Amino acid sequence: MVEPVKAATHADYQLSQLDQLEAESIHIFREVASEFEKPVLMFSGGKDSIVMLRLAEKAFYPAKIPFPIMQIDNGQDFDEVGETRARWVERLGVKLIVASIDDAIARGIVVDDGKTTRNRLQTPTLINAIEENGFTAAFGGGRRDEEKARAKERVYSHRDEFGQWDPKMQRPELWSLYNGRIHPGEHMRIFPISNWTELDIWDYIGREGIEIPEIYFSHKRRVFERDGMLLSETPLNPTREGEVVEERVVRFRTCGDITLTGCVESTASTIEEIIEEVAIAKVTERGATRGDDRFSEAAMEDRKKEGYF
Amino acid sequence: MANEATQSPETNQPAINPDMDLLRFATAGSVDDGKSTLIGRLLLDSKSIFEDQLEAVESTSQSKGYDYTDLALLTDGLRSEREQGITIDVAYRYFATPNRKFIIADTPGHVQYTRNMVTGASTADLGLVLVDARQGLTEQSRRHAVILSLLRVPHLVLAVNKMDLVDFDEEVYSKIHQEFTSFATKLAIPDLEIIPISALQGDNVVTRSENMDWYKGPTLMHHLEHVHVASDRDLVDVRFPVQYVVRPKSDDFHDYRGYAGMVAGGVLKKGDEVVALPSGMTSKIAGIDLFDNEIDQAFPPMSVTVRLEDDVDVSRGDMIARVNNAPKPSQDIDAMVCWMTNEPLRPRQKLAIKHTTRTGRALVKDIQYRLDINTLHRDQETKELGVNEIGRVQLRTTVPLLCDPYSKNRTTGSFILIDEATGVTVGAGMINSGS
Repeated sequence: MVEPVKAATHADYQLSQLDQLEAESIHIFREVASEFEKPVLMFSGGKDSIVMLRLAEKAFYPAKIPFPIMQIDNGQDFDEVGETRARWVERLGVKLIVASIDDAIARGIVVDDGKTTRNRLQTPTLINAIEENGFTAAFGGGRRDEEKARAKERVYSHRDEFGQWDPKMQRPELWSLYNGRIHPGEHMRIFPISNWTELDIWDYIGREGIEIPEIYFSHKRRVFERDGMLLSETPLNPTREGEVVEERVVRFRTCGDITLTGCVESTASTIEEIIEEVAIAKVTERGATRGDDRFSEAAMEDRKKEGYF
Repeated sequence: MANEATQSPETNQPAINPDMDLLRFATAGSVDDGKSTLIGRLLLDSKSIFEDQLEAVESTSQSKGYDYTDLALLTDGLRSEREQGITIDVAYRYFATPNRKFIIADTPGHVQYTRNMVTGASTADLGLVLVDARQGLTEQSRRHAVILSLLRVPHLVLAVNKMDLVDFDEEVYSKIHQEFTSFATKLAIPDLEIIPISALQGDNVVTRSENMDWYKGPTLMHHLEHVHVASDRDLVDVRFPVQYVVRPKSDDFHDYRGYAGMVAGGVLKKGDEVVALPSGMTSKIAGIDLFDNEIDQAFPPMSVTVRLEDDVDVSRGDMIARVNNAPKPSQDIDAMVCWMTNEPLRPRQKLAIKHTTRTGRALVKDIQYRLDINTLHRDQETKELGVNEIGRVQLRTTVPLLCDPYSKNRTTGSFILIDEATGVTVGAGMINSGS
């Protein structure tokens, strides 16, 4: 872990861009906590949601984070991610709500037809959990640099009573004046790190000495190649004919469903090495490692319209 | 566009520089001025486009039968935009050079999207207006400049694009230069740069053009990297809108009471004598906290928590200022309003208003005039504002606003209007004065 750097003295009253991003995100957290009755932070345990949790911690310190966090358990997460999440929850003393896809299937909220990926089942599970808990705002760690449909989304993303996003009906967002008005049954998705890039996230993790799951660092793993991606050997994802499992030195750029999240060959084992690697990467993190974005050119847009975060 | 030509072997993005600063800029241009191509070019040449993104654009271009790679496809993120080939909403994009990170608010140029330009310009340090060298200044270029000036965007760049289509002729550039500088004297534009470019061929975008050796000014990228934005903030008049009261009620911090917010103006220091508004109670700053660090001073746009020496009654919506330099609470507001919805703004209308961290209701007392943003003519006959129109409006508010003129402070001088029935943001306001 890198030693956290103390805030520099600002003789010239200048903030670095990372400090500006941090200030903006903290402002958004406080605004939502002030104006919404029942917010929740969606927490996957990946690097973006961990940075979100750190920013929320800073926003309300020395008080505790004044809202719970919620995980959508797809039943196919990496073990390391769950372990990191548990440590964060304990350290911050926040309430963790788990909404599980298996439970949603058992209760008939979603239907597992054997063809739909767990990622698609996440959306109705999430919307149902928001509805059942009566949440009026749900923080998400989406960044606009991730994907072109995301680049079009506001910081406050209005969702109707079905959780749907309508890009043509978005509210203009002026200055730092966010409009949080909603009708009963509707809710707002809030993206405090909209303006951060993948590199900003890594820089911040390094600067703050933030604990993240081990799978982001280089390690040996038994993997096989499918559709140009390196996937983990796991009983949840049996290999198909012609696919060969072999041990390689890899790391992950994103954390998602283990059956769909690919890794990249890498020897980067420190934050500094990861930053160096991200800086010269020629493929986006989603393009490299997320099977769920490969279904069509508008895969993300379509999922978001249905209510994906 | 071969990958080898555009992806150099070294970095895609620069290594992190801890002092890297931030420039937010808004782009404006008419449909065919080549705005998307220019943004594509800036992203491409600063190595902010990844191979998978470029491949996707190349394959879509091919499948559409284009004989070139349409860089606009990089920026049109929505299905309906790609179908229509136009941009319908503001999008934000990111790139960085070794010393500066850039956030582009990419705003559509259609006349019916004035509201989107206002949205993009509201947070911009710099406005970038594109004109087509063949067309010269159009009504739209003037309109864009007027909006940027109304929104007090401190720096303006006029990029004279498609110079390749006028044989890189200095005459063409000089004529546009002259015409625009004389027009700009009527506007509040403190800093203006006019750069001849070809976004398609890359002339003067990142690299200096060999085709225009008569041009001695900076390239667009050089200007974006070096324009000085640090002094654009008000560091004199202390304005701290209280956003959230931090009360841990834990054993370790039993008596802790902090006022959290984002500094909107001035420099707050420990020991400063301050006044809490609207109560008018005075106290001293006991400490300023940034998470678990106590810091000596806070300035815009820092998000901090301020502790006071005395137990004064301060809550969300209040403001901390210096004793002899505080805004006067006003319920009668005179402002320029940009109207953003189809149902027009009319006198006697009631709306919700959000100003800094303060929310109340506002009654439209009068619409003094509608500004024709093409001619700057003040139309006093029309007593309403239609969608995408801007006018001077008098409001009476239920709660006093702790405001400054927008020309002095873009944070304490701005507000939004919300339709109480639909919850939609329907207006953007810039305060002239309060009384």
